[in-house]
Amino acid sequence: MPFIPHTQDDTDSMLRAIGVNDIDELFDEIPDSLRCTELHGIPEALSEGGVSRLMRQRAKQDEVELNFLGAGAYEHHIPAAVWELTTRGEFYSSYTPYQAEASQGTLQVIYEYQTMMASLTGLEVSNASLYDGASALAEAILMAVRVNRGSHSRRILLPRSLHPHYRTVVRTITSSQGIETVDLPYEPNSGRTDLDALDRHADGDITALIIPQPNFFGVLEDVDALSDWALDHGALGIAVVNPMALGLLRPPGNWGREGVPIACGEGQPLGVPLSSGGAYFGFLTCREGLVRQLPGRLVGRTLDADGRTGFTLTLQAREQHIRRSRATSNICTNQGLMVTAATIFMSLLGPEGLRRIAALCHARTELLVEAVAAVDGVEIVFPVPRFHEVAIRLPVPVNGVLERMRESGVLGGVCLGPWYSDLDNTLLVCATETKTEEDIETYAGMLRAAIEASGEGL
Amino acid sequence: MTEPLVFELGQPGRLSGAQVPREDVEISLPDAMLRKSAPLLPEISELDAVRHYTRLSQRNFSIDTQFYPLGSCTMKYNPRACNSLAMLPGFLHRHPLADEASSQGFLECLFELQEMLASLTGMTAFSLTPMAGAQGELAGVAMIRAYHLDRGDAGRTEILVPDAAHGTNPATATMCGCTVRELPTQPDGDLEIHALRKLVGPQTAGIMLTNPSTLGVFERRIKDVAEIVHGAGGLLYYDGANLNAILGKVFPGDMGFDVIHINLHKTFSTPHGGGGPGSGVVGVGKRLEPFLPTPIVDRRGDHFHWVDGGADRPKSIGRLSAFMGNAGVLLRAYVYIRLLGREGMERVADYSTLNANYLMKELEKMGFDLAFPDRRASHEFIVTLKKQAKENNVTAMDFAKALLDYGFHSPTTYFPLLVPECLLIEPTETESKETLDRFIGAMAEILAEARVNPGRVKEAPIRMPVRRLDDVRAARHLDVRYQPGDASIDL
Repeated sequence: MPFIPHTQDDTDSMLRAIGVNDIDELFDEIPDSLRCTELHGIPEALSEGGVSRLMRQRAKQDEVELNFLGAGAYEHHIPAAVWELTTRGEFYSSYTPYQAEASQGTLQVIYEYQTMMASLTGLEVSNASLYDGASALAEAILMAVRVNRGSHSRRILLPRSLHPHYRTVVRTITSSQGIETVDLPYEPNSGRTDLDALDRHADGDITALIIPQPNFFGVLEDVDALSDWALDHGALGIAVVNPMALGLLRPPGNWGREGVPIACGEGQPLGVPLSSGGAYFGFLTCREGLVRQLPGRLVGRTLDADGRTGFTLTLQAREQHIRRSRATSNICTNQGLMVTAATIFMSLLGPEGLRRIAALCHARTELLVEAVAAVDGVEIVFPVPRFHEVAIRLPVPVNGVLERMRESGVLGGVCLGPWYSDLDNTLLVCATETKTEEDIETYAGMLRAAIEASGEGL
Repeated sequence: MTEPLVFELGQPGRLSGAQVPREDVEISLPDAMLRKSAPLLPEISELDAVRHYTRLSQRNFSIDTQFYPLGSCTMKYNPRACNSLAMLPGFLHRHPLADEASSQGFLECLFELQEMLASLTGMTAFSLTPMAGAQGELAGVAMIRAYHLDRGDAGRTEILVPDAAHGTNPATATMCGCTVRELPTQPDGDLEIHALRKLVGPQTAGIMLTNPSTLGVFERRIKDVAEIVHGAGGLLYYDGANLNAILGKVFPGDMGFDVIHINLHKTFSTPHGGGGPGSGVVGVGKRLEPFLPTPIVDRRGDHFHWVDGGADRPKSIGRLSAFMGNAGVLLRAYVYIRLLGREGMERVADYSTLNANYLMKELEKMGFDLAFPDRRASHEFIVTLKKQAKENNVTAMDFAKALLDYGFHSPTTYFPLLVPECLLIEPTETESKETLDRFIGAMAEILAEARVNPGRVKEAPIRMPVRRLDDVRAARHLDVRYQPGDASIDL
């Protein structure tokens, strides 16, 4: 029997020891009227060979040659050692490290991770992860509401330049707690959050201001002005950052006059494959003084009974298994294995490796910008400093262009029209360090050909 | 014995080499935007990293190395094929926003998973996006709230939760803007029906239940519970933490549940990964279907497509993740179900229940007290060490630590909260009789030791990388990141 080791003799002797005649008798406390008969919807078992064949066929269908999509999930080279180590059974099949003495490996990995993330974001404390970037932002907002005692409005300023999916996730998770999100427009020419529009909230009670860097369009925001505005108006600044970009860019702890007190984001660029959107991990870091309102697990260094260094989960009184209905969050299971991968990834790259990859991502996208700007009719929507993504407007409808490119095995970008009515015929395109100069030429060539073909079709 | 922190290895300026781009390109960004000081990351060779993290892995217990009878967590074997097939290049490199035409293989797996989970639970429809049990709970309670509000019934803000429930249940109710009312349990482990009758009313949004409960017994009057709650206008939420015990035996839908979450990392054997990722997929009956979180996968003929809110699902509670939940976990669960097939699904409940009842009876014979000696075990059961704590001052915590020295992960301790000095023990179906017998032997030895030499049990563990840790110190002298210049604190 797959994964069940019992021989008939085993089963018989166990039944005798229990004092029942057959296994079914063990279910005799379940009322007969509730017992189900057959599982019609489940197919017969396949052998491992059979399932492998099926899955290989399905996976094969979804392979593409070149992918220029970003929009919150980024293709990077992942060193082979990262997942070789991460999928070791001792990491892969272990539980949450509640029994500290039997979990020192996982606990030390998390402590190292917390150190790396705190430093990367320029803050002091990192939790042990949340589910993903979007849900991490929702938790950061709930945290800000608890922390910002001077504000009573529960009003959060949410830039439209933030990932549209993050905006909807925030609403799903926070709306039932009386939290109101207010849209902040972006400047049509730069894609940056509109500071004049922000100033119209100067007299209102604002609990938190969300500051994405880079924003959804790849554009670099004026983070100093935004964090200072929050500081001057009694709002907590919450940074939503790409951790890869922080290899290169000034960290949230150093923004403006005092930095922002909370940073969060999607950890996927740090060694986690695209894998259809998950599992990724959300990170959340903050100033030390806010640690008691931080949701999620936290690992601390301490001493054992012999005075040796060891690691353990700490400040658990914030969490649901202790505080129940008064916990900081309901989160229990997090994304531990992804954190393991990210920690190994950052260890292999080091500060210089991370900086070089970030710089190369930026350079590749600049090369892409140059190449597509040379295509007739293509416009760079926001001609301002960016990280590794760019919005381009086409002279023809994007769907036909994307379809033509896909037929040649290239995913050409994400349509912005469905989210932004003012960004019709616009693609969000990303080139990371994985794209060579040749790939970028290929992209520009295919874009030109697809636009010409679409134009002829009109 | 201790392993240095990764920051204490290596040398300034050392690069691991192969993974770092050789070119150091010019940056065209304004200088003011750039980082001025390097982040605190290790500067080590690839070999340093491989040795360090391999050694750290060896300082862990895991299913692959130890028996892990952790109650309520279903630590069964995670088949290797589930991992390798979910990591095939076509799945691993698929971008979450890839168009439908280049996602048919992935979407087909998800669609079939939705269908199979519905048929395994007796529910109508599933959404796979919640990323852990707690997020599934959040989705479920949010749907219950949305359902009442949609009917103009805004006063239903109370969620009933048994006193034995997981902490996530009350925490979730709070996150959804509800208040929690606790339901007492009878001495036999079933809910106090009279108390339930008194607590329900026009303020009741719903009840959250685990069945079999966290006490390791099947709630025998579940149909009465459903009738009372439905009769008062509330809905029933099924916490699927213990689904392993009844897979293919009873459908939560037949018990009267309106919404259910399943922990794929328990019943469907996806790995726990040292704390995650999990997956808390949610299923619903007809009346909650419009409220399911998105995206969901549907099919039109042979074409699989996304259903993502908007006009298709105007009443959806919305998105819970940036993309499609923990997609890789979903694929692992899909492979698991296909490997086990129909008969294999039923065997899960059969043999997890057989193992639990065998272990329970044998431990009872050894002199351990059971919390519910007159009841059948579900896939788990509770031993209470109240007597040992009183007579020998040896607690559940001491037993847990002593088991580590025998090479067994400890059962769940001090949960559920209402049984004093409890060990919640869940062997799962993938463990052999020999393993269970070895565990019984270890428990018997610790029990004997507790009587004659309790001090030694209280000293445990002595064979782990560290002895018992000072949790109070950890909280009082908070040290949650390494700062250069800090020597290790024991030096």
